[in-house]
Amino acid sequence: MLIRFVLNGKPVSVDVEAFDLLADVVREKFGLTGTHVGCDTSQCGACVVHVDGRSIKSCSTLAVTLEGAKVTTIEGLAGPGGQLHPMQQAFHDQHGLQCGFCTPGMVMSAVDFASRHPNPTHADVCTGIEGNFCRCTGYQNIVKSVMAGAAAMQTAQKG
Amino acid sequence: MNHPADTGVASKNPTGIGASLLRKEDMRFLMGRGNYVADIKRPDMTAGIFVRSPHAHARIVSIDKQAALAMPGVVDVLTGEDLKTDGVGGLPCAWPVVGKGGAPTKEPAHPAIAQGKVRYVGDAVAFVIAETVAQARDAAEAVVVEYDVLPAVVGVLDALKPGATAVFDDIPDNVCVDWEIGDRHATDAAFKKAAHVARISLVNNRLVGNPMEPRAAIGEYDRSRGQHTLYTTSQFPHIVKLLMGNFVLNIPQHKLRVVSPDVGGGFGVKQFHYAEEAVVTWAAMRLGRPVKWVCDRSEGFISDAHGRDHVTEAEMALDEHGKFLGLRVSTIANMGGYLSTFGPNIPTNLYGPLLAGVYTTPAIYCEVKAVFTNTVPVDAYRGAGRPEATFVLERLVDVAAIEMGIDKAEIRRRNMIPKDGYPFQTPVMMEYDSGDPGGCLDKALINADWKGFPARKAASAAKGRLRGIGLCTYIEACGLAPSRIAIRLGVRGGLFESAAVRVHPTGQVTVLMGTHNHGQGHETTFAQIISERLGIPANNVEIVFGDTDKVQFGLGTYGSRSLAVGGSALVKAADKVIAKGRKIAAHMLEAADADIEFADGVFTVAGTDRQKTFAEIALSAHFPVDYPLEILEPGLEEQAFYDPVNFTFPCGAHIAEVEIDPDTGVVELLSYVAVDDIGTVINPMIVEGQIVGGIVQGLGQALYEDCVYDPESGQLLSGSFMDYCMPRADHIAPISIETHITKCTHNPLGVKGCGELGTIGSPATVINAVVDALAHLGVNHVDMPASPNRVWRIIAEAGGASRTA
Repeated sequence: MLIRFVLNGKPVSVDVEAFDLLADVVREKFGLTGTHVGCDTSQCGACVVHVDGRSIKSCSTLAVTLEGAKVTTIEGLAGPGGQLHPMQQAFHDQHGLQCGFCTPGMVMSAVDFASRHPNPTHADVCTGIEGNFCRCTGYQNIVKSVMAGAAAMQTAQKG
Repeated sequence: MNHPADTGVASKNPTGIGASLLRKEDMRFLMGRGNYVADIKRPDMTAGIFVRSPHAHARIVSIDKQAALAMPGVVDVLTGEDLKTDGVGGLPCAWPVVGKGGAPTKEPAHPAIAQGKVRYVGDAVAFVIAETVAQARDAAEAVVVEYDVLPAVVGVLDALKPGATAVFDDIPDNVCVDWEIGDRHATDAAFKKAAHVARISLVNNRLVGNPMEPRAAIGEYDRSRGQHTLYTTSQFPHIVKLLMGNFVLNIPQHKLRVVSPDVGGGFGVKQFHYAEEAVVTWAAMRLGRPVKWVCDRSEGFISDAHGRDHVTEAEMALDEHGKFLGLRVSTIANMGGYLSTFGPNIPTNLYGPLLAGVYTTPAIYCEVKAVFTNTVPVDAYRGAGRPEATFVLERLVDVAAIEMGIDKAEIRRRNMIPKDGYPFQTPVMMEYDSGDPGGCLDKALINADWKGFPARKAASAAKGRLRGIGLCTYIEACGLAPSRIAIRLGVRGGLFESAAVRVHPTGQVTVLMGTHNHGQGHETTFAQIISERLGIPANNVEIVFGDTDKVQFGLGTYGSRSLAVGGSALVKAADKVIAKGRKIAAHMLEAADADIEFADGVFTVAGTDRQKTFAEIALSAHFPVDYPLEILEPGLEEQAFYDPVNFTFPCGAHIAEVEIDPDTGVVELLSYVAVDDIGTVINPMIVEGQIVGGIVQGLGQALYEDCVYDPESGQLLSGSFMDYCMPRADHIAPISIETHITKCTHNPLGVKGCGELGTIGSPATVINAVVDALAHLGVNHVDMPASPNRVWRIIAEAGGASRTA
């Protein structure tokens, strides 16, 4: 069936099967392979995207539920001139990524978390990104990145 | 950021050695533009799904493909019989070892798709290829396999019982190899004169490595050129090319290309030649169309090689002052249902020699039985043998300290190799070139405020919590490996590394590395080495890896070898470029070669102001004017191979504090301090990231992760992230890293490696802390993982929640 939604700011329409998952649709039909699939039980968070501004696991979201929604993937996070989102910049500055596979989902989760918790504590961040696995970093620099990113998002908003 | 201060160098170059340069490779990952195998689409590509055995041990009576072949979109269904018909060989073991009395490792056939029998839950029995993944998945359900189910043997102790089920008919005792190292008689003699003997029995829990990117492979065949391409999530594409081309598919090396693009974590799991790689390559040739397979996570749990899985008895002989006289270790190690690429080497060569630790123990004897079971093959996982050795030794040292009433730091200090005691020959093969574990220990004790612990313990007790502190010193053998040693130890090949430095006419540089970057930051670290050596900015350097058509040869990344072996090859190649640049400069400046000096990117005639920049030399090399062609060729590209003369030996001291809730058994990590001697540090930021990441993986082994099989049926009970508990962000505590440098004496950078030390040091450190927290209950060991259930039971069995320690 044909569904219409807004993907990274652009209206799109696409023919999907009833069983198609959002993760597969953005990867296979739109070539947006920044959204990763790291498990099959909704445990790892590598597939997190935003639907109407909130983070969701796209590996367990049926594409047909998206009629009229606004979907943002990692490819849609940077500014129009390619300038990094403050959270992406924070992950770079704080060495918050190694192999990069969990990174898109981690950043998308972090952006949503920070937009709801503008001044998070260390413990808030640890709980807030608890739904995203990283096997490389041991999380220490990811937590630093999210703290720095949240602060930068605040500054950007005020500015 | 607070990075380890001591790098061992004083470079003025802002993008050179010692700089915490932000990573060059970050941008594509942050923007969602990484290029992982699952992201690759080839024209006319098909999708493959494996049908896997639901039984741990069974005879395959029949496979009926007909219903599956009739399903929509299905292109073909392949089985082990088809492999046989096409003459496809079995998967080779690349590192068998020599057992007691010269007995060879038993290497049973390992077909890429099962033939006759299945030997573990997950063993592939058929491969279904269709136009789409969904169609292949549906059709896989329609493949009818009739099994004659046989009794399974699962645990290593069961595998050795008389009358146990044999995994292979011609190996009735299930023993793959019975191996030993050290002097048994000298060790026995040491125990005879001991004032005290400390003993421990322990299990090193089986783990699933779980890099976040599941494995994937795409086979492709170009009929017009007879050329095969395999895209695969591998840590060592050149070795896959050699093993698969030469031993499995009989493809000449010049007709095979293996590409490992961005790979989402490896941890050893991706350093083996896997069946799926051979199957997609073979299937693509049969079909004349590309075939793609992407592993599900649940499928990965039953098809990625697992790690660890040892059962060990160990005893230490000590004199009346707590000096170690002898160490005796007997281990049974699981190999699983077939031999994986390096399987037998891990619990033998990478384990026994590390039992010496950082101590002067004069007599050591270790024997290891590697056994087959009906479980997934077991092979290297980050640390690979060295975490297991460290766990045995450092638990035993703690037991001895407690039993003899000696402070745990003091007993280690009494037995430690002194700083001036290097080179040090251990009784189990290794000659350590350098190190200062005592210096690491001193710093760690200060950083962790070891002396202040009793007050913190009392504060915890006042809250009803049991607090413990754990200490571990470790050594590891890295920089795999000196070929001269490794070949004697059984490896079927060399373990050198290659690097090529290609200088463009404009002075920018492309580096071709035989190592593979899958998170370690090589694109930055290697660029810094070139920046330092050639005096150009790191941004003018591109690091290429992971494509056998681009990089001539390489042995890949594992065993903390990339910098110590690959980085050394890179230095050699850069020095060849400088040597040629000197000749070009001499020609251009009309001077003798010997009078040309090179520093900070400029060639100068000694004692004059006549000079040429690196870029001018590069341009001249490509626009040669009046070159003396008989002694100077145009062009500027050099390749070097580096074969280390010894392993490198990072060492260090780690301290953890934990708190246990006696009512629930939950162990909480409160703090972790690491002081490590890893030789010269190229990028302190990256080093810190590697060490912290490794420590948390080791924390996973110590407190959370456990790969559990049903002991009767051989079903994997921890087969998803819902059942296999990996550390999450809310499990961690502040981890402090410091380096304490002694340089490696035998490679040009003085580097030792840092990728694995976290998983080597932290399991013993954390469990020593857990045991310390429970010591008042008479507990002297807790097996891993120290899960709430296990810890709660220990407390309950000791008479209930004793709230005050």
